[in-house]
Amino acid sequence: MQRIGVFVCWCGSNIAGTVDVAQVAQSAAAMPGVVYAKDYQYMCSEVGQNMIKQAIAEHGLTRVVVASCSPRMHESTFRKTAAAAGLNPYLVEVANIREHCAWIHKDKAEGTKKAIALTRAAVAKATLNAPLVAGESGVEKRALVIGGGIAGLQTALDIADAGYAVDIVEKSPSIGGKMAQIDKTFPTLDCSACILTPKMVDAATHENITLYTYSEVESVSGFVGNFEVAIRQKARSVDAKKCSGCGLCAEKCPSRKAKSEFDEGLRTRGAIYIPFPQAIPNVPVIDRDECTYFKTGKCGLCSKICPASAVSFEQADEVITQRYGAIVVATGFDMIELDKFGEYQYGQHPDVITSLEFERLTNAAGPTGGKFVRPSDHKKPKKVVFVQCVGSRDTSGRGKPYCSKICCMYTAKHAMLIRDKYPDVEASVFYIDVRTPGKNFDEFQRRAVEEYGVQYIKGMVGKIFPEQDKLMVHGVDALSGETVVIDADLVVLASATKAKDDAEALGRMLSISTDTHDFFTEAHPKLRPVESHTAGIFLAGACQGPKDIPETVSQAGAAAAKAIGLLSKKKLVTNPCVTTVNEALCSGCLACEKICPYGAIAAKTIELTNNGVKETRVVAAVNEALCQGCGGCTVACRAGAIDLKGFTNRQIMAEVDAICF
Amino acid sequence: MRSGRKRMKYSYYPGCTLKTKAQQLETFALKAAALLGLELEEQAEWQCCGAVYPLAEDEVATRLSSVRALAAARDKGEKLVTLCAACHHVIKRVNDDMQAKEELREKVNSYLQLPAPYLGEATVVHYLEALRDDVGFDKLAKLVKKPLAGRKIGAYYGCLLLRPAEIMQFDDPENPTILEDFLRALGADPVVYPGRNECCGGYVAVTDKEAARDISRAVVRSATGCGVEELVTACPLCQYNLAENGGPAVKLHYFTELLAEALDVR
Amino acid sequence: MIRTKVTPTTQTEALAEVLDICGTNAANCMQCGKCSATCPASSRMDVLPHQVVRLLQAGQVEKVAASQTIWSCASCFACSARCPRKVDPARLIEAVRLSVVRKAGGNYLKADAVPALADEAMPQQALVSALRKYSK
Repeated sequence: MQRIGVFVCWCGSNIAGTVDVAQVAQSAAAMPGVVYAKDYQYMCSEVGQNMIKQAIAEHGLTRVVVASCSPRMHESTFRKTAAAAGLNPYLVEVANIREHCAWIHKDKAEGTKKAIALTRAAVAKATLNAPLVAGESGVEKRALVIGGGIAGLQTALDIADAGYAVDIVEKSPSIGGKMAQIDKTFPTLDCSACILTPKMVDAATHENITLYTYSEVESVSGFVGNFEVAIRQKARSVDAKKCSGCGLCAEKCPSRKAKSEFDEGLRTRGAIYIPFPQAIPNVPVIDRDECTYFKTGKCGLCSKICPASAVSFEQADEVITQRYGAIVVATGFDMIELDKFGEYQYGQHPDVITSLEFERLTNAAGPTGGKFVRPSDHKKPKKVVFVQCVGSRDTSGRGKPYCSKICCMYTAKHAMLIRDKYPDVEASVFYIDVRTPGKNFDEFQRRAVEEYGVQYIKGMVGKIFPEQDKLMVHGVDALSGETVVIDADLVVLASATKAKDDAEALGRMLSISTDTHDFFTEAHPKLRPVESHTAGIFLAGACQGPKDIPETVSQAGAAAAKAIGLLSKKKLVTNPCVTTVNEALCSGCLACEKICPYGAIAAKTIELTNNGVKETRVVAAVNEALCQGCGGCTVACRAGAIDLKGFTNRQIMAEVDAICF
Repeated sequence: MRSGRKRMKYSYYPGCTLKTKAQQLETFALKAAALLGLELEEQAEWQCCGAVYPLAEDEVATRLSSVRALAAARDKGEKLVTLCAACHHVIKRVNDDMQAKEELREKVNSYLQLPAPYLGEATVVHYLEALRDDVGFDKLAKLVKKPLAGRKIGAYYGCLLLRPAEIMQFDDPENPTILEDFLRALGADPVVYPGRNECCGGYVAVTDKEAARDISRAVVRSATGCGVEELVTACPLCQYNLAENGGPAVKLHYFTELLAEALDVR
Repeated sequence: MIRTKVTPTTQTEALAEVLDICGTNAANCMQCGKCSATCPASSRMDVLPHQVVRLLQAGQVEKVAASQTIWSCASCFACSARCPRKVDPARLIEAVRLSVVRKAGGNYLKADAVPALADEAMPQQALVSALRKYSK
């Protein structure tokens, strides 16, 4: 008979508010095998943990059950406590009476009843717990960073500076990301390129960093410390080793229909092109969908004129397979499409543009050379209207319900820059709320109003009516209660940010979760903000949620620190909760092999003697290093030959029986 | 559905105004339908739809005539087709209520005592949708005898066909195209102007003519500002407001008038 | 005019009646004013649509009931269609209007006034609509 101790946590009022914890402890004391039961305010605190240690020693406990919060939160805490008292840590069982009970019930009597049932189940399971010993695995001293924007660059530089090899995989032809498109950065108004491009160069020249641009992650397998990743390097159709970056090809390419992604479609580019002059690598790429040679077999002008004979139409995609100890996801964000917001005339009228287009329009290196003119007739606008929250905080289904977080500040920046450079231009901002909770942020926005005379109007724009060469912006001033109309020359829409369209697919490849808006989910919103739920995979930047540059850079540094912490370990403790095959029962059908998401099961031929006759049989065998303990195979096994350590079929059945008590 | 020979049968709901002040809307629709293979059989005992959809959740009586029309179409196994934008709006939304709101569905059925309770089975289409989806604008274009080339025609959608979009399912509520596509099929080169999905003033014209004038003039100004000389409508009240209150700047037609003209059955 | 201080509350019978009629509520509104900005009839409204919603949030049904706004709304649904928060100002306004006309003597348009208001071209649809909206 086991000697079980039950420890019921109040979690302040989190549990004690809806569960009678004293009664749970009292009931637990009467459960089979329980020799000690106690409740306490904060079982995870030092006092609480000491209480457990002391009870193990004094009462000779052989099993410990903690009825508290989710095991996701404190299972490891209590395992350490038990280990410190000399008990095998896997003899600890957690009954989740907070998330699974207290938080979702209002009625205290009902809540208490359920908490007792959950505790009884944990006691029943703990009775059957067996001591387990964790194994060890090595760590590949190399990190993968997915995404080459400011988040990915900062992460990679920090990891590389710590002495580890880092590969950056960037989907587009150049690193730099959205920050490279931006003109000035808030709240200091320093030039974005001046602070970003040196970082791009640092990354490109760092001895520990390898860049894979125009590349995508194709598959990911393995586990923390030992990921195996296939990277598809798409054919540039230009030999980077030969190319001198002279740009002659891009200049002479006769195809001019493609819209420049970097310039947000405000100008066209050749089929062979370098995204922007400071691109890294400074090697052109052929857009095969646009290239006349690829479409018709004719032309080939770039190849003929290239002084280095670097153009290579035959170049094929290359798949590189590499092992990594850690992965950081830094894939960034996008802006939503505005096709559902017809009332703003975006896409219908050329002088209604997005904020990102405005960045290019006012950028010295942009399509107008920094000359502030409107797209339709290249005349300088006299009145500019900014509209915030276009699709942000929108629950109607047209936009996104969240605050995009960056628009209040960049809109203030845009309006301020216009007023600073062109005091004769009027700038008005329609807003719902101004949200500027950052260091020097509110002061910045107030400067736009107080020093630069930007007209801030609390209210939305109902609709824009183009009339002759004006955009009649009909809005409201909700504070004064007046309806408003402005005869604008240019309208700038702060469209909502969104997760990358392929974020969910990448999440599935990496086995990391995304939220309802496809942003990657952090392991804990407060305490583990840069870790995913999958060990060894970290998050940096706006792929996790809308973020500005300072916040992105901080998060990138944090993700790097986490990755460095992992890479610096000599050995990792593996999870001992893996499956085992009872070869005597296994029929060799290998249904388990097919269902295993980690490729941890393979066929094995064994020899055995049956009534004195030697014969061979095929059975399933588990690679414990790869097994993640999901238990899928135990369910798939028709013969019941596979069992998961720590969650054996007997343990689960005992739990179920105890709940149905 | 688009076969040339097969005639498509519909349960046709005309509505009051089409029998009185807006006869052209109906007359030319029926003439064109005959040519296009659309068989519009007028419902035997239709009643006024009530002209406005009751936004109040607790109103049952004002929804009953629509349900009768819907049940009649259901019983014949035909789509219910409408011509007037207001009737279309009311009947389509009541049908949605009958599908989505259980309590209302029960109240209506216990009130009406139909041989078979009505549960929202019918499909409601506007004549324009039948043209687009059942006939096809490409086929319509082939039947045009007198193309409306060279005329500056704008489409006026108004409100009731488009909103609320999730129920009306008619077109993109901010950038609709069906009327322009229709006009293109008739050989016209339609002018798109921003006021085409703004209100005409509606019933406010009865109690506040000045207000209706402001509202409909804004529409006409938006149209003429883009060079529109003629407007097509699908609603007698829109037509009235634009004509009486919007001023004489544009010529107004029901869309069916231009349809008949282009098909040379006017 | 004399301004008196109000105490915002959602616990009034008048508000309960209005919310009952329309089956929707005003809590989602964050006062962006999109409804007022887009309303084609705003020029005749003493209380703008976003103010209607705000007054209902604060339980001040009487101010809305006494406004010109409820008679000026043309039920074009532009406000509801463009609202970023799924608020339905047209329905809320209708509910207040009904709470007025359903009371004895609350009719805004009386049937015997119609002949003087109608003209030769006015379609039946207009008259039926107006009577449905403005009277009981």
